[in-house]
Amino acid sequence: METEEEKFDALIDADDRIEPTDWMPENYRKTLIRQIAQHAHSEIIGMQPEGNWLTRAPSLRRKAILTAKVQDEAGHGLYLYGAAETLGTDRSELLDLLHAGRQKYSSIFNYPTLTWADIGAIGWLVDGAAIMNQVPLCRCSFGPYARAMVRICKEESFHQRQGFQIMLTLANGTDAQREMAQDALNRWWWPTVMMFGPADADSPHSEQNMRWGIKRISNDDLRQKFIDATVPQAELLGLTIPDPDLHWDEERETYDIGEIDWDEFWTVVGGNGPCNDDRMATKVGAYNEGEWVREAASAYAIKQAARAKEVAA
Amino acid sequence: MSADWPAWEVFVRARRGVNHVHAGTVHAPDAGLAIENARDLYTRRSEGVSLWVVRSSDVVSSDPDERHSMFDPAADKSYRQPTDYELPPEVAHM
Repeated sequence: METEEEKFDALIDADDRIEPTDWMPENYRKTLIRQIAQHAHSEIIGMQPEGNWLTRAPSLRRKAILTAKVQDEAGHGLYLYGAAETLGTDRSELLDLLHAGRQKYSSIFNYPTLTWADIGAIGWLVDGAAIMNQVPLCRCSFGPYARAMVRICKEESFHQRQGFQIMLTLANGTDAQREMAQDALNRWWWPTVMMFGPADADSPHSEQNMRWGIKRISNDDLRQKFIDATVPQAELLGLTIPDPDLHWDEERETYDIGEIDWDEFWTVVGGNGPCNDDRMATKVGAYNEGEWVREAASAYAIKQAARAKEVAA
Repeated sequence: MSADWPAWEVFVRARRGVNHVHAGTVHAPDAGLAIENARDLYTRRSEGVSLWVVRSSDVVSSDPDERHSMFDPAADKSYRQPTDYELPPEVAHM
């Protein structure tokens, strides 16, 4: 008779999907809850840097686009909380952990959006990097996470294209607009390169996550893919990537980059980036200020249900 | 921790002539808001023409531990498949 663990391993070996009612190792469950929650929180916190420009978008069309994009981010968060809930947690518990600072979100959202060009840079670079990360997750071994990622990836493509188009417009504009675009690239390039996480050698959980089919491609490989895809796009824009060591490696047939400032990465992860406190204060504030709305909707639902019962009686 | 609203399973009919298909979940205090939340979450890009919402706690599922006794009996009944019948090539389409 096969043990539960053997059955689980056989499914993983066959590259089959694990579904919520299947037996799974406690660590597989915990790892997924942590990763999906962190991913969901990132989508929700990610609304803030872009939301910052909603009232100042340069045209009605750009404003409608940005509103749709921010709404998508909220939606992505909800898909992901839903996927996490199939593992036996619930959304309110995950939000409590986020609000208490006990779960994290992607560090990239702790950088400020100082100009309109930052909205272009976020779409082009940050969403571009997110797509690199998320496409392999569509094949994640846990069914509900993979399905949520398919939905998200479909929507993410619009995000990157609208961002690149903002950059293109600025790059072909006045000198001031071109400078604004270059300045945004200067500030967002390295934080985006860091989005893929620590180098493989310093990524302790990677091996187990690869074995479990939670992670499909290593941090460094994804980072390289992103760089190779993005450098020609920067050239097309006529913008300069802020890395004097960046060059094409004939032998490896790929771009080599300069050294990543991992101290900066760990500083931001550790809570001391430019906007960490502000992002959390805004998130917790919004949640608390929404309390009366949640209460009113619940009270209304109870009243309606009671009324329906009266009519039936 | 404030208790969350109950979860609802969302089913979307993509267009006339096809079934409602499971899309995911929403949280909502009642059915009306569940429909509205499902509209906002699952049909922002014309993905549907009709929605069903069902309280997740009302869904009855087969027991995963009994899946072998439930579903394996069909495995050795290939005679239920049209491909189980070899016919002369002259019978082109049947």
